[in-house]
Amino acid sequence: MKITTAITKGVLVVKLSGEFDMHGAECFRETVDEYLNNMGIKDVVVDLEEVVFIDSSGIGVILGRYKKIMHLKGTICLVGVQDSVKKILELSGVLKILKIYSSEFEAVSCL
Amino acid sequence: MQIKNQIKISLQSLSENIGIARLAAATFSAQANFTLNEVEEIKVAISEAVSNAVIHAYEKSDEVIELIFNLYVDKVEYIIIDHGKGIADIAEARKPSYSSDPERMGLGFAFMESFMDELQINSEIGMGTTVRLVKKISNHDIH
Repeated sequence: MKITTAITKGVLVVKLSGEFDMHGAECFRETVDEYLNNMGIKDVVVDLEEVVFIDSSGIGVILGRYKKIMHLKGTICLVGVQDSVKKILELSGVLKILKIYSSEFEAVSCL
Repeated sequence: MQIKNQIKISLQSLSENIGIARLAAATFSAQANFTLNEVEEIKVAISEAVSNAVIHAYEKSDEVIELIFNLYVDKVEYIIIDHGKGIADIAEARKPSYSSDPERMGLGFAFMESFMDELQINSEIGMGTTVRLVKKISNHDIH
């Protein structure tokens, strides 16, 4: 899985591409935690538009960041979720606590 | 019942190999008349089973996970075998909220159960775990 990051209006935008499994989860955690721990970031947008697969490892690591960000009194949300990925997210129950926005612009504006 | 086709794969217990296991399962499953949606479900179930083996079975990464996929006329069987620590309490491990790691959701077996028609787990402490997943083929006209 490929990960790219950008900071827009103080919000960390993490764009993921490929398959979000246990292997990608480790890279995602290290990348996001670096910003949360050392760069004063507390709001995160996770762009899943180019993610074609997710399993419970991917969901678990997003949920782990959610807990951490709640502790920092920040916000985390998702953008551009494909139908096959959305089905897995729905089944896991995480969409009860994570909001999906249609675009990065909308997400950053709403945080 | 007669096996129409079979593949056996040995993977080193590394997270890099989970995607390879998934791809192999999806490619093998293409011989059955599964829908794209069903293939996606199979990929998630295989990913969960192999991830469990990588995370929980071994202390080291140089151990082996074996995959056996069997194609029958009416179903595909996916067997994932590790020779690691084993699961002490299978009933507890199958509960959706169960996880030994706070970063994980404990949804692995729940996803396998949701997406496949059968899930069997055999495990012995110190000997390893065998997970058997079955997906029924609704249209038996195999390619």
